[in-house]
Amino acid sequence: MPDFMLHAWLAGAAVAVVAGPLGSFAVWRRMAYFGDTLAHSALLGVVFGLLLDVNINLAVTLGCLILATALVLLQQTRVLATDTLLGILSHSTLALGLVSISLFGNTRVDLMAYLFGDLLTADSGDVITIATVAALVLGLIGYFWRSLIAITVHEELARVEGVRVGAVRMLLMLAMALVIAIAMKVVGVLLITALLIIPAAAARRLSQTPESMAVMASALGLVAVTLGLVSSYFLDTPAGPSVVLGASLMFGLTLFKRQS
Amino acid sequence: MTRLIEAKNIGLTLADRTILEGVNLQLHAGKITTLIGPNGAGKTSLVRLLLGLQPASQGELWRKPSLRIGYMPQKLHIDASLPLTVQRFLQLGGAGAAALKNALSLTGIAHLLASPMQRLSGGEVQRVLLTRALAREPQLLVLDEPVQGVDVNGQVALYDLIDRIRAQQGCGVLMVSHDLHLVMAHTDEVICLNQHVCCHGHPESVTSDPAYLALFGAKAAQTLAVYTHHHDHKHNLHGDVVCNHDHSLPLEDCPPAAQKDESNA
Repeated sequence: MPDFMLHAWLAGAAVAVVAGPLGSFAVWRRMAYFGDTLAHSALLGVVFGLLLDVNINLAVTLGCLILATALVLLQQTRVLATDTLLGILSHSTLALGLVSISLFGNTRVDLMAYLFGDLLTADSGDVITIATVAALVLGLIGYFWRSLIAITVHEELARVEGVRVGAVRMLLMLAMALVIAIAMKVVGVLLITALLIIPAAAARRLSQTPESMAVMASALGLVAVTLGLVSSYFLDTPAGPSVVLGASLMFGLTLFKRQS
Repeated sequence: MTRLIEAKNIGLTLADRTILEGVNLQLHAGKITTLIGPNGAGKTSLVRLLLGLQPASQGELWRKPSLRIGYMPQKLHIDASLPLTVQRFLQLGGAGAAALKNALSLTGIAHLLASPMQRLSGGEVQRVLLTRALAREPQLLVLDEPVQGVDVNGQVALYDLIDRIRAQQGCGVLMVSHDLHLVMAHTDEVICLNQHVCCHGHPESVTSDPAYLALFGAKAAQTLAVYTHHHDHKHNLHGDVVCNHDHSLPLEDCPPAAQKDESNA
């Protein structure tokens, strides 16, 4: 196997593993649109990275973190429904990102790479960055696991029982922002939510507990990344979309399993 | 008697709408207090204030330091996408194994432990929620409409259980209820709420009192009595409460004549 395939697989695998539990929360808490909004705004981070001449990964990460914080605060005002709010932010930031890139960076930016990912160009530095962020997020989620499940089941009950609901919810949003920033390399801005949601949804039918669903989602994500890369190598298909299709294929297969 | 919570003149105003005003109440260990009142009276809002889920707009709220509360919410919706057994749900409360076992033996739902939460009947959900609240070995149990979706036999059993728990653990109980009738037998104090405390008193003495009969009238035999109970005040065009009696009066001292007149209004 050539080096670039190994790097690509390692980067994809790290993202898939952390996307399992996080994607499960996105499914349980109906946050798919939230993920989309963060992902679409990541393109804006790219623009700022280019304009300010700072590391693009860092700019994207910071952008996602800032937007996640803003969303959590906006959600508390409740003037507009959350999905309306997210729809406005999501598409405005995507449009702004696309316009800005064409204005400022058309010679330096491979737009397709950001929209659909460029997993095959991952180098060992990318692998280390992605694996570090993935490990950090996994550690945080593991440490706060019971609180996270408790606020997902019933926020007020959790609060009466002493869980710091606001802080835990913010932690989940920031974890989501971090994972989106690293997942951009794998499947690109437009397909990130798929990598979070589809393996988790496929895992639902195969699990009896929240923990097994999270682990199963990671495992299915790994298979999807492998399938996508194999198809990309032999059939010369684009890597990111192939990974997403691999996940879709597995979701389709779980539909044949009879619900116990 | 140990005081657990004391509210002094608390009120809640949301978006210029008065939800609650001038509410005084005390909760004590070993005592069951029941909150009744028509829909929209602010019962759940008051519970949220007492639990600290919502800050009060006015007044003072005192809680015993490090008060341990077992809370049974009115509704529980668990998304179908979350695989969760009763056992896992109960463990989320953070109680120890021994306390959980004890709570299970009281509520008698040990046979449900392996069931998914989404498959439970209404009555089973209520008992699971009660178990989680009890497993915290609470000093105060707060139950928001605990008999919702439970048939009459089940309601009697549930109220008996709550009474036994109070006797066994010596905790205070605050219950929200629509239905005065079944709740009566086990309640030490009834607080009738309609944005403010309309009246309050001990049901045992109240039920034989002519003032109570005037208040709940011919419908006293029906649980509906609470919904249609005759108000001791009117609401003006803005929805504000216009009172014409002394709020410090306990229930049994409410002037019956005034109640009757206004029931026709």
